[in-house]
Amino acid sequence: MSIVIYVESQQGTIKKAGFEIASYGRAMADATGQKLVAVVFNQEDASSLNTYGVDLIYSVSTPHPNFEVEGFATTLAAIVQQENATLVALSATANGRYLGPILAVKTSAAFFSNVVALPSSYEPIKVKRSCFTNKAFNLTTSAAPCSVLCLNSNAFGLHEKISTSEIKEFTYQAGNSTLAVTGVDQATNKVTIADADIVVSGGRGLKGPEHWHLIEDLAEVLGAATACSKPVSDMGWRPHSEHVGQTGKPVASNLYIAIGVSGAIQHLAGVSASKVKVVINIDPEAPFFKAADYGVVGDAFEVVPQLIEKLKARL
Amino acid sequence: MNILVCISNVPDTTSKINFQNDNTAFDTNGVQFIINPNDEFGLTRAIWLQQKNAATVTVVTVGDASCEPILRKCLAIGADKAVRINAEPTDGFAVAKELAAHCQATSYDVIFTGRESIDYNGGMVGGMLATLLGIPYVANCIHLDIEGKAAQVQREIDGGKESLRSDLPIILGAQKGLVEESELIIPNMRGIMQARQKPLEVVEGVQATAQTSIEQFEKPAPKGAVKLVDAGDLDTLIELLQNEAKVL
Ligand SMILES: Cc1cc2nc3c(=O)[nH]c(=O)nc-3n(C[C@H](O)[C@H](O)[C@H](O)COP(=O)(O)OP(=O)(O)OC[C@H]3O[C@@H](n4cnc5c(N)ncnc54)[C@H](O)[C@@H]3O)c2cc1C
Ligand SMILES: Nc1ncnc2c1ncn2[C@@H]1O[C@H](COP(=O)(O)O)[C@@H](O)[C@H]1O
Repeated sequence: MSIVIYVESQQGTIKKAGFEIASYGRAMADATGQKLVAVVFNQEDASSLNTYGVDLIYSVSTPHPNFEVEGFATTLAAIVQQENATLVALSATANGRYLGPILAVKTSAAFFSNVVALPSSYEPIKVKRSCFTNKAFNLTTSAAPCSVLCLNSNAFGLHEKISTSEIKEFTYQAGNSTLAVTGVDQATNKVTIADADIVVSGGRGLKGPEHWHLIEDLAEVLGAATACSKPVSDMGWRPHSEHVGQTGKPVASNLYIAIGVSGAIQHLAGVSASKVKVVINIDPEAPFFKAADYGVVGDAFEVVPQLIEKLKARL
Repeated sequence: MNILVCISNVPDTTSKINFQNDNTAFDTNGVQFIINPNDEFGLTRAIWLQQKNAATVTVVTVGDASCEPILRKCLAIGADKAVRINAEPTDGFAVAKELAAHCQATSYDVIFTGRESIDYNGGMVGGMLATLLGIPYVANCIHLDIEGKAAQVQREIDGGKESLRSDLPIILGAQKGLVEESELIIPNMRGIMQARQKPLEVVEGVQATAQTSIEQFEKPAPKGAVKLVDAGDLDTLIELLQNEAKVL
């Protein structure tokens, strides 16, 4: 029996989330004495997975370079069946969250979203998950013979373990769907909120889109992604894709810097999985100070330019 | 054209989350329930199709009688009819099974779910329902055009968007962007009055069995106090982030 993981890559490069899921899979394989099988799509060189303890790699080439949910799920389901897998893991990226429930139905598996830790038990499976957008956690169990676990970003981290994995080709199975990708519009040079170690976020306190260079410049020195509060995106100061919080994107970065964001309950819920939170706000009573690790009470228009200069000199 | 909008009844975003019975159940005391915000985007988009393409819009929820106020609200927003499937929404899979049984009995051209429910954040019902029905699903849907028997859609991906096309029927996971926040339909007095006359049908569920169950809830550990750094001493902040938090 094996543990099967879906390792996500983009433009031929394995994503950090892919190495995290390999680390997670390795830990489950060690705990259960099973083989760790990784599945990669359109990945010419998957040897970097050897650093994360993978035993066998199935390399799949697809006719189109895009992610295609039906084909990926059908192919993965075939591998899960061939390997007689009882545990399948994938990352909670946009594609992973899309794929997981579909794969679960195809393999008659139980689906666990928002997984934040290794299973605390394997027979029966018991897993800790976040719920109510990080306002709580729960321990979920299932009696199904197979489980698909969708691991939240940064919840497990990277754990190296050198292995020598065998690589086998596996034939892509397109599945039958009338759904077809007709175009992809993706910035390749920008750090995304999902992948970022650091996220710099701006709120209504920045007063207008014309001041966003403060957020962008700070993000640039830190190699960070940019984000914003809901009203900022609702007013069209920033694109919706940057809206974080309970009704926007979740943030689980190592460092989250909130500037001119008051810290409303819906905002905090969505960003609380970040490990370290820094808040810069002119109002010492802003609720965000109660949820932050470090804080600066001050005017963003004075503090942020200074911070950028100091970081440029030091980093 | 027949449109179905799946509605999840969720605690208001400002709710304090508490548990009862030894932390085995969510405590609904004092909690106000609302239409799942992602479902509101789907519902508004459906109403536009009703107005432009003369579509019939049905809303459905799997749950007990306590869900009826939000179904009435959907009718006030403009849905033509509401269906409550009388079953406990034990997990996402069971909900998808109940919805699938309904969709097999009545056929729909477009089915909206939300990107996720803001209570359990499963993000699973749409994809599961689609797979059970053998039709396509598009998650995180931010744009929809319907031309004849085909749909052109866009979904948000990490760092951008993707365009797709598909034949109908299709299931779409709605989120902000499909409709702007400012375009959401707020029920007016006339809508509320009309809603009283519209059908709210209650059907028995098929007793789908859940695949997962929650054994225990837990709240996050309380947070330590914030360390404040003087605005004139940002070097200290940088040093703390480098040496204490080790995140730079
Ligand atoms: C159903 C629902 C869902 C929601 N979902 C989300 C969500 O997902 N994400 C989200 O973010 N919000 C969400 N909200 C909105 C949320 O309730 C708040 O309204 C919002 O987060 C506030 O945004 P803000 O902090 O940018 O603005 P404000 O609350 O206006 O705060 C601005 C802050 O900037 C500070 N400030 C002003 N001037 C300066 C200066 N010169 N320097 C430094 N600081 C300054 C002020 O002290 C203030 O704290 C939701 C609301 C509802 C009802
Ligand atoms: N009990 C329910 N009844 C009807 N639709 C539901 C129910 N629960 C979830 N859904 C739909 O499925 C979407 C995703 O929910 P979830 O998978 O629970 O995050 C929601 O936005 C709803 O559209």
